[in-house]
Amino acid sequence: MSTDTETDDEDLFTEIDLGWEHLKNRLFLWIIFAASMFGVVMLALLLFDVATDFYVGMTEFNISMSDFLTRDGSRREELSGFRGAIIASIMLMVLTAILSFFVGVGSAIYLEEYAPDNRVTRLIEANLANLAGVPSIVYGLLALAAFVNGIGMGPILLAGAIALALLVMPIIIVSTQEALRAVPDGVRNGSYATGATKWQTIRKVVLPAAMPGIMTGTILALARAIGETAPLIMVGALFTNRMPFGPLDRFSAMPTQIYNWANEPSQHFIHLAATGIVVLLAFMFAMNGIAIYLRNRYETEV
Amino acid sequence: MSTDTDHGPGITGGTAQSDLAANRRARRALFGCAAVTVLTTLAIFFVLLDNAASYFFGARLTQMLLGASTEQAITFTEFFTGTRWAPDHATPAHGVLPIVYGTLVITVGAAFVSIPIGTATAIYLSEYASPGVRAKLKPTLEVLAGIPTIVYGYFAIAFINPVLLGPIADSLFGINIGRYSMLSGMLVVGIMTIPMVSSISEDAMSAVPDDLRNGAYALGATKFDVSTKIVLPASISGVFASYILAVSRAIGETMAVTLAAGFNANITANPFDEIMTMTAYMVSMARGTSAVGTIEYQSLFAVGLFLFVMTLTMNLLNDWFKRRFQEEYR
Repeated sequence: MSTDTETDDEDLFTEIDLGWEHLKNRLFLWIIFAASMFGVVMLALLLFDVATDFYVGMTEFNISMSDFLTRDGSRREELSGFRGAIIASIMLMVLTAILSFFVGVGSAIYLEEYAPDNRVTRLIEANLANLAGVPSIVYGLLALAAFVNGIGMGPILLAGAIALALLVMPIIIVSTQEALRAVPDGVRNGSYATGATKWQTIRKVVLPAAMPGIMTGTILALARAIGETAPLIMVGALFTNRMPFGPLDRFSAMPTQIYNWANEPSQHFIHLAATGIVVLLAFMFAMNGIAIYLRNRYETEV
Repeated sequence: MSTDTDHGPGITGGTAQSDLAANRRARRALFGCAAVTVLTTLAIFFVLLDNAASYFFGARLTQMLLGASTEQAITFTEFFTGTRWAPDHATPAHGVLPIVYGTLVITVGAAFVSIPIGTATAIYLSEYASPGVRAKLKPTLEVLAGIPTIVYGYFAIAFINPVLLGPIADSLFGINIGRYSMLSGMLVVGIMTIPMVSSISEDAMSAVPDDLRNGAYALGATKFDVSTKIVLPASISGVFASYILAVSRAIGETMAVTLAAGFNANITANPFDEIMTMTAYMVSMARGTSAVGTIEYQSLFAVGLFLFVMTLTMNLLNDWFKRRFQEEYR
């Protein structure tokens, strides 16, 4: 902008080319709009690709959904199914939930309700932020060295569940902290006024009020865990096709089974992988749906 | 954070005493839970160092601390400067550079996709989109972040590489693209990190107070000027933090790059070639059945330690950025 006093009025206006400014603004809007659509288009392409491969698998490769859901994995493509992997994934989720829920919620309660503002607390908080950024494959390495080979567990389902539980623990802690923070202090003070101790207040008043938020966060964390592949591969969840009967059995979960199939050169296996992805995504969307339902159902009550 | 005083002095009698004891026990148990997270980090460090020591020195860290004699089997010079990575071959080579190159080239390529597109999306969402569009677009993009990485790997191997890149490579360069390619790895990791950049940057941009925008408009600025010269600089700490997070995620990304970029550890500039990242090497090792204690098994942990240190550096950098350049608006 000119501040020159000698400039006459005419110059002052011609100096800014409004036409160019106008064009620049329109161009910019178009560019950022196109960029925003890129993500949406890629998501649509991804879902479309999986859906077509799934459809082609059903029609041209005769993958029947009932066979797919009731057979275990197999080296022979036309006999291969997903039952063992589904059962393994469900067992993994249950074990992961048991292993991570109590410790995760306990940590969050300590940090939110008890922790004094000192060095130890700050260390725990900083460490938590760091753990959330550790690549998932490293959790697999930890479980491999400490549990699978360290104490001689072998590549069993429990070892995979431990790796997943450590992986989702930071997510559960952070979402529980948020749920606890959302409980108003008036509720706590009301409880103290009746003579309750801190622990009684937390157990009987704060936790019930925060529970919907905690459950929502936990389910979302588990929905993430069900799609995790790398830690399970490191633990050794690749070498079996059979259905696991308990936590001490060898296993191959949904994502590792999909990885196995996607790696095969045969087209039939690629379509099996697509069918597996449809089942995996159905599980994930269902879990997300439950979490959203819980959030909407209980949101207004506190 | 606790701000209250001790609830209980003055209370006497049987149940009150036991209630207070229960309170103390609960406090200790809950602290134990929180300590698990610190123990996890320590365990990761210990396990990686312990086994990596065995890779380099032929003895575990624990054995070394007890005074076992060691001789360095693999020198750090060979590890950090060697250009052939094949610990599992008959004639083993232990130069980590090819797989570090693979990881870095995928990360840089992915950043070229996710950073411009993510930032542009954030500007659109925060400055231009109507509330209705925003309410639909933001959750849609977050679905991208929720899709398992194995599905992205499948997308690369079943669609991006053969359908999108194959014809281009064939018609323009006459290259017959293989099953895997560096470029499909870059693209697919870029796509999956877009929501990380756009979502966090958008939060930072939305936090910029309207007074700043209105001040600029009052001076005659256009919306383009306000977006690029006011909002972007004002939110730069959050925007950079999102870039670092996306890069950190790209470094540790495993399944998408394993399926997209392949298993061939070589240093090449041809984007249609197959390459191997550090994580892809770890997966390929785990797929084999190398016995515990062999050099192949131990190499997993040397690479894992390297990877962990890289992402840890990124996380600390991210933290530093957020604190150093945080603009406080009141």
